[in-house]
Amino acid sequence: MSTPKLIHGYEVVIGFETHTQLSTDSKIFSRAPTQFGAEPNTQASPVDLALPGTLPVMNRGAVERAIRFGLAIGAHVAPRSIFARKNYFYPDLPKGYQISQYEIPVVQGGSVEFWLGDEKMSVRLVRAHLEEDAGKSLHEDFVGQSGIDLNRAGTPLLEIVTEPDMRSSDEAVAYAKELHKIVTWIGICDGNMQEGSFRCDANVSVRKPGQPLGTRREIKNLNSFKFMKEAIDFEVRWQIEQLEDGLAIEQATVLFDPDTGETRAMRTKEDAADYRYFPDPDLPPLVIAADWVERVKGEMPELPRVMAARFVADYGLPEYDATTLTQSKAMGAYFEDAAKASGQAKLASNWIMGEVSRRLNAGDLSIEQAPVGAKTLAKLLQRIADGTVSNNAARQVFDALWSGEGSDVDAVIEARGLKQMNDSGALEKIVDDVIAANAANVEQIRAGKDKAFNALVGQAMKASKGKANPQQVGELLKKKLGLS
Amino acid sequence: MSGELHELGVAALARKLRAKEISATEAAQHFVARSREHATLGAFLATNEQVTLAQAKEADARLARGDTAPLLGVPVAHKDIFVTKDFASTAGSKMLEGYVSPFDATVVRKLAEAGMVTLGKLNCDEFAMGSSNENSAYAPVRNPWDTSRIPGGSSGGSAVAVAAGLAPAVTGTDTGGSIRQPASFCGVTGIKPTYGRASRYGMIAFASSLDQAGPMARSAEDCALLLSAMCGPDPDRDSTSLDVPAEDFTKSLDGSLEGLRIGVPKEFFAEGVTADVRAAIDAALREYEKLGAKRVEISLPRTELAIPVYYIIAPAEASSNLSRFDGVKFGHRAKQYTDLLDMYKKTRAEGFGDEVKRRIMIGTYVLSHGYYDAYYLQAQKVRRMIADDFQAAFRQCDVIAGPVAPSVAWKLGGHGGDPLADYLADIFTLPGSLAGLPGMSIPVGFGEAGMPVGLQLLGNYFQEGKLLNAAHRFQQATDFHLRRPEGF
Repeated sequence: MSTPKLIHGYEVVIGFETHTQLSTDSKIFSRAPTQFGAEPNTQASPVDLALPGTLPVMNRGAVERAIRFGLAIGAHVAPRSIFARKNYFYPDLPKGYQISQYEIPVVQGGSVEFWLGDEKMSVRLVRAHLEEDAGKSLHEDFVGQSGIDLNRAGTPLLEIVTEPDMRSSDEAVAYAKELHKIVTWIGICDGNMQEGSFRCDANVSVRKPGQPLGTRREIKNLNSFKFMKEAIDFEVRWQIEQLEDGLAIEQATVLFDPDTGETRAMRTKEDAADYRYFPDPDLPPLVIAADWVERVKGEMPELPRVMAARFVADYGLPEYDATTLTQSKAMGAYFEDAAKASGQAKLASNWIMGEVSRRLNAGDLSIEQAPVGAKTLAKLLQRIADGTVSNNAARQVFDALWSGEGSDVDAVIEARGLKQMNDSGALEKIVDDVIAANAANVEQIRAGKDKAFNALVGQAMKASKGKANPQQVGELLKKKLGLS
Repeated sequence: MSGELHELGVAALARKLRAKEISATEAAQHFVARSREHATLGAFLATNEQVTLAQAKEADARLARGDTAPLLGVPVAHKDIFVTKDFASTAGSKMLEGYVSPFDATVVRKLAEAGMVTLGKLNCDEFAMGSSNENSAYAPVRNPWDTSRIPGGSSGGSAVAVAAGLAPAVTGTDTGGSIRQPASFCGVTGIKPTYGRASRYGMIAFASSLDQAGPMARSAEDCALLLSAMCGPDPDRDSTSLDVPAEDFTKSLDGSLEGLRIGVPKEFFAEGVTADVRAAIDAALREYEKLGAKRVEISLPRTELAIPVYYIIAPAEASSNLSRFDGVKFGHRAKQYTDLLDMYKKTRAEGFGDEVKRRIMIGTYVLSHGYYDAYYLQAQKVRRMIADDFQAAFRQCDVIAGPVAPSVAWKLGGHGGDPLADYLADIFTLPGSLAGLPGMSIPVGFGEAGMPVGLQLLGNYFQEGKLLNAAHRFQQATDFHLRRPEGF
């Protein structure tokens, strides 16, 4: 939890509920496929349609993904959890109840850690439980009627619930991004927010510091990080204005309208349904034996925070670099390949966080789509390290490689004439010329002025047309001036 | 007329079929004609002669190839709670009038694979809720022993089909006594196996934690033949189906009863059990003693609590199970409505009968916020105690025996539409259901107005073989199960 940042004297309190769609091939309680975007009602089996006589049978793949999540966030994976029925009527809810977990969820506790700027944050999780998704109501496709598409009905979801630990919209978004990273990293969710694979509900309230929690309003279905921030910011402003005007906040569920940038109430607590939860008699308790958890543990990929710690230990990276480079599994692998092949870990880190990331962002590319592979980058870094090219020249080489102007590092350096001047005779001549032509500067240098020294290095570099190694130039200058 | 096909049991019919003395087609035609002749009993809700004869033809082809499967070619009919591809499946409700399932219930499929020929679907109380079959939305079912009386419920059509010789064997379902009580009232033999032994896939759910399928027939031997084919794990379709392999129950029929300890719970002979029932049960217990069994007095102290516990848990589950009947996807939808809520209300008001509505309301109430702990949770605790009482009892005895119901079958309309009178009549079948134990009813005599009386036998988990053994030996020594109502 961070130090509260107050807005007009109010502290913001945010908790999250995130529905992550699990990446199983078939549904949570039936064998129907979960493919997105199919023709309406073609991915629904008799079980999904709730035909009389049908019964749910648990998909072990969904349970295994829940276990993976529990292990990833350091939670307790319950050896015995219970499925319950949440009863309500709606046309896209075929059984008239949703099978979910209520009193005893499969994943209990745990935390999500992330960086907000240079501050390390930790958000505690209350629970994560398995449940089935409902179908979709299509209100716009028919005149005077609503259509029902049950393709999504029975799609497995893991609902991840936090404590109200977040204190700003920035922190909330950072949490959501970190959670998104975790679920995609461990391969339990495709993370596609447009298709609804990762949907966040934010519970937002405000209070004066030291006061008990204020009444919360729940913003539903935030399916982009951008809207998430806008929605929370608007909601916070609105709640503070209400309170400042002496009005009470009524517990409510609200929707964010990206067109107006405003949240608006869907329903208030008065019309909240009584869901009449009770244990589903069609499903025995979900028993997860210790050896199942062990097996899943053995198959888990290296987790981001473990990988980051290893980058610090093995490559001597600062913690900030290590965290940044483990934003995705592919990014981590890219770094590691480049670091290993070049033997220049910190240089690789700087380049990936700088040059590579900048170009990826500009082109809206993922690291997997980078036109310059880790091996090629490593070659370039080696050329920097062995003095073949300067850092500046290397940037030009990288540009050329990125834009497809060549694929071999040495060939590009050659073709562009970017090789550093390693001929010490030629360099000595340049340095001698510069000293001779700048007597006044030399005086100042002898008087201890660094600025004058740097000016001479610059002149020498200019004279070499950027091919000289500035470090080498500096050393040579010092020697000639008798400073070293 | 002795020797007619409808007087033969399953085992005898199967022998004749294998010996090619008759064909499956002849057998099917005979029973199709019988059901038509006795249509006024109201036993059948759906028949389809073409389907039946096509299945019979297939059975004849298997018989011709020398297939000796024990049930091959024998006709059967299914309670309308089981969904079927070839016949409409209504659960006795207007809500599902004309509904045809795209798949067969597992039990139906298994019996079809065993070569049985389906005669049709049998009347029952709406969604299996009732003890008299008067809650069927279609027609009351008449008891062939006295057609002014009820056959019991909810598997009333099933019991009547066997008693009147309209089918040699049938399926039923038992949630709180729905196989045992109508079997008792109609003088036939019926068994409900341990909860989880027969798949519930394709059984239209009433109370999921209680519903079990079982056979009804003329004898324990016939029941053993069907039950052997019906049981077995169904892990891909029913999560509550137990991983217990199917068994050939006919193998345990003949064991001696010498030294068998029959526990007689004193609570099953409390006030309210009529004298005629008491006399028939006493006589049956004496018969068992003659067969070498030992009578042991036991106690099931929470017997009376079974009624409130059952009438909380079963309606709670039912209220949720029946939510899918909303007019959106299948079944009845009101013709006229103004909006979604109005559609729901009218559809369910029109589609469900009074008893179903009553139980939905009770169930909704006991699960509501603020009442859940006091009713549902409390009922679950007592349910566990009732199961524990049985385990204590089974340390003293091998099977438990007593009446199925406090009286013989009453007159149609006899309870005057008072649901409580019906509920109270379930007292002796409910405890075994709540505990998930196997139980059966066998005919052991006649009471008031010559109406049949059934003896209830309850066994410990997976002791179906022992129950069938006890029932079979009794039937070897007596002929109550062979008596037929006059005119049938």
